[in-house]
Amino acid sequence: MSKTTVTIGLASCGVASGALPVAEELERLLAGREDVEIKKVGCIGYCYMEPLVGVERDGKNYTYGKVNVEILRRIVDEHVNGNKIVKEHLILTDGTGKQDSDSGSENSRMEKQVRIVLRNSGLIDPKNVDEYIAREGYQGLAKAVQKMSRDEVIKEVLNSGLRGRGGAGFPTGMKWRFARDAKGTQANASNPNGTDKYMVCNADEGDPGAFMDRSVLESDPHSVIEGMTIGAYAVGASHGVIYCRAEYPMAIQHLDIALGQAREWGFLGKGILGDPDFDFDIYVKEGAGAFVCGEETALIASIEGQRGMPRPRPPFPANSGVWKKPTNINNVETYANVPWILLHGAEAFNRYGHGRSKGTKVFALAGKIKKGGLAEVPMGMPLREVIYDIAGGIENDRKFKAVQLGGPSGGCVPEHLLDTPVDYESINATGAIMGSGGMVVMDEDTCVVDVARFFLAFVQKESCGKCPFCRVGTKRMLEILERITRGEGVLEDIDKLLSLAEQIKDGSLCGLGQTAPNPVQTTLKYFRDEYIAHIVEKKCPAKVCAALIRYSIDPSRCIGCARCSKVCPVKAISGEVKNPHHIDEEVCVRCGLCKKTCPVSCIELSSGDTDPKASVA
Amino acid sequence: MTAAIAGTISNLETRLTPIIERYRGKVGVAIPLLADVQKEIGYVAEEAVEYVGTELGISAAELFGVATFYAMFRFQPQGKYVVRLCRGTACHVQGSGRVAEQLERSLGIHDGETTEDLMFTLQYVACLGCCSLAPVMLVGNDVHGRLTPEKAVAVLEDLRKAQ
Repeated sequence: MSKTTVTIGLASCGVASGALPVAEELERLLAGREDVEIKKVGCIGYCYMEPLVGVERDGKNYTYGKVNVEILRRIVDEHVNGNKIVKEHLILTDGTGKQDSDSGSENSRMEKQVRIVLRNSGLIDPKNVDEYIAREGYQGLAKAVQKMSRDEVIKEVLNSGLRGRGGAGFPTGMKWRFARDAKGTQANASNPNGTDKYMVCNADEGDPGAFMDRSVLESDPHSVIEGMTIGAYAVGASHGVIYCRAEYPMAIQHLDIALGQAREWGFLGKGILGDPDFDFDIYVKEGAGAFVCGEETALIASIEGQRGMPRPRPPFPANSGVWKKPTNINNVETYANVPWILLHGAEAFNRYGHGRSKGTKVFALAGKIKKGGLAEVPMGMPLREVIYDIAGGIENDRKFKAVQLGGPSGGCVPEHLLDTPVDYESINATGAIMGSGGMVVMDEDTCVVDVARFFLAFVQKESCGKCPFCRVGTKRMLEILERITRGEGVLEDIDKLLSLAEQIKDGSLCGLGQTAPNPVQTTLKYFRDEYIAHIVEKKCPAKVCAALIRYSIDPSRCIGCARCSKVCPVKAISGEVKNPHHIDEEVCVRCGLCKKTCPVSCIELSSGDTDPKASVA
Repeated sequence: MTAAIAGTISNLETRLTPIIERYRGKVGVAIPLLADVQKEIGYVAEEAVEYVGTELGISAAELFGVATFYAMFRFQPQGKYVVRLCRGTACHVQGSGRVAEQLERSLGIHDGETTEDLMFTLQYVACLGCCSLAPVMLVGNDVHGRLTPEKAVAVLEDLRKAQ
C-alpha cells in the first residue's frame, strides 16, 4: 500500500466548527505511523460541512464532512487502516479515476466551479512553501522575471482582461501601466522611471458578509505574495505592503510565515530570481478596523499612520500614493489570479468569462442558504445557478426574497432578476454591484426595510465624517428608516429618502458616501410595497420590525405548562399553571423566546391588524 | 511627571519603554504603537499615550486623533472576557439583533460597556468573517457559531460559573 495522507481543514471556519479537538485526536491516533502523513490544510470552501477530513491514497482523494472525534476514529479505523470508505460521512471525491459509486453527496458543487484563485485552497498546507511550489507555485514569477520584459508582463495581464476584484472592476493591467509610467525618485539605468514605488495589497475586507480574502490569505498566502511580486516586477516597485485586518489573526500569522519562506527561497529580497535590478520586499501592516480604509486614498493615509480619511483624486495613487511615491493598489483576489495568468497565459484566463468580465469570481455565500461557504465560478454564471445549485437553495425550503450583493455599497436583487449573469456590467444594471463578492441570501422572513436600515446604520457609523453629505445625509436617512420600521413613517418619507440618496451620491468624495444610499435605492426600487406596508398599514410583512409585530397566546390551545413565562426575559407572560397564559404587550420586548419554547405551538406572531402600538401614528 | 503617572498605572515607565524603543526614529507608527500600548495596559490610557507621545515627539492630540478613528482602540479598562458579537449582514439576517438584545438584558450593559464585576465587555463588530456559521460571537479567542439568544447567554453563564 502506498503512503496515505490525511488532511484536516484548520482555517478559521474549520476551527470555529470544532476542528481543533479532531486534529488533536488525529495526531494521537496516528502518532509514530510512518505510512500515514497528517497535513493541516486551509479552507476548501465547504464551510457548512466543517470540520473536514480528507484521505488521499493512490491518487484518489476522499473528503469527509462534519467530522467529530467519533467519526474520525471510524475514518481512521475503516478507511486509513482498513481501506474501506465510510460512506455515510463522505461528501466529496476528487480523484484521478472516474467517478464511481463512491461519489460524495457534495460533488456537484465542486464540478460547477472553476478554481483559479482557490486552486490551492484546502489542498495544501499554507505554512509549507514546498507544497505551494509543488503545485506550480512561483513558476509564474520565474517566467515573468526570467523570460519576459516588464512591458510584456503588463501586456499579458491587460490581455487577460483581469479586472479589480475588490469591487470596482478597473482593468488591472491598465492600473499597472499607470504605476509603471509614473516617475519614481530613484531612477537608474535599467529602470529609467525609478524604483522607489509601492505595491500595496488591500486585505482589509471590511464588507460585512464577505470572507473570501480572509480564506485565501489563510489557505494560500503564497499566491498573493507571488502575484504582488510579479506586479512589483512589472511596475518597478521595491516596497510592498499588505494592509490586513487585525481581526484576521490567522491570516496575518500565515502571511508572516509565508513572507519569511519567500525571502529564504529568494522570491523576495535583493536580486530576485537572478535579476540584479529586481529588489522587492513586503511587510504586513495591520489595519485597525475602519471600513473606509478600503478606499485607496484612505488606506494610504492609514499606512502612513494617520486617520484613514480619503482625499480627492487626482493625484491618483499611481502618481502620488504611500509617502507620495507612485503606488499600485490591488485586492487580495486580484493578486491571487496573477501567477496563474502568467503561467497559463492570458488566453487561458479569458476563455472563462462573459462580456467584458473575464475569468472567475469567488463568492462568499451566506445568509438563509443551505450551503454557506466559498465558491469560485466562471463569470457569467446566472445568480440562480450560484444560489440554487452551489449554495443548495434556501434554508428550510422557504421562499427566496432577495440576494444582497456588494455589501453596504451594493444592493438587493429580487427574484425576477435571478437569471442575471454574474459579470460587472450585468450586476451593475440591477442597481447592485459585484463588490468584493459577498452574497447574502434573504428569504421571506427577512424584512428588506430592516436590511436597508441595517446598512445605513453601518455606513453612518463608518463614515469618516469629512463630507457633510455623507456624515449628515446618511444620519438623516437612517432616522427616516428607523421611523418607518417603528411604524411612524409617512409617505413623503419615500421622496425624502430618494432625494437625500441623490444628494449624498453627488456630494461625497469617496466610494463610501457615493454608494451608501445603494441599499435603500435598490430596496425602494424592487420592494416599494414593503415600505408602503410599513408606512400605511403599519405592518411588517416579514414580521421582523419589533414595533410592528406582536406575540399572542391562543388560549384554546395553551396547556398552561408555564414554560413560556419561565423563559420570558422581561416577565411579560402571566397565568396559572394548567390554565391559559397571557402576554402583556406593553411589557413584551418581542424577542420570540416564548414562541420557540412553546411545546404546543400556541404562540402566534402577527403584524398589522390589531396591534395597539402600531396605530399610534 | 513620570512619577505622577506611575501612581495611577503601576510601572508605567518600565512597561512602556520597550514599546517606545521599538518605534523610536520611525515614521507612520501611530497605529501599531497605540496597539502595543493597548496590549500592554489593556486599553488606550490617557497617561500612557501622553508618556509615549512625549518620549517619541508625537503630540498626544495626534495619537488620540488616530486612536478615536479606528474601531480596535478602547479607552476604558476591559472585562476579563471581551464578547465580540458579530453584527455583519449574514449574522443580522440570521438574527444577531435578537442575540444582542438578550445579551444586553442578561449582562445589564450596552455595546462598548463592561459589567461592574469586570467579567465581560460587550462589543459589536462589523464582521468576523465566519458568515457561514452566523450568528457568531467571539469570546476571547473562541468562536461560538449558530447562536440563539439562549445559547449566547448560556456560554457566558458557563464562564461565570467556572470562576
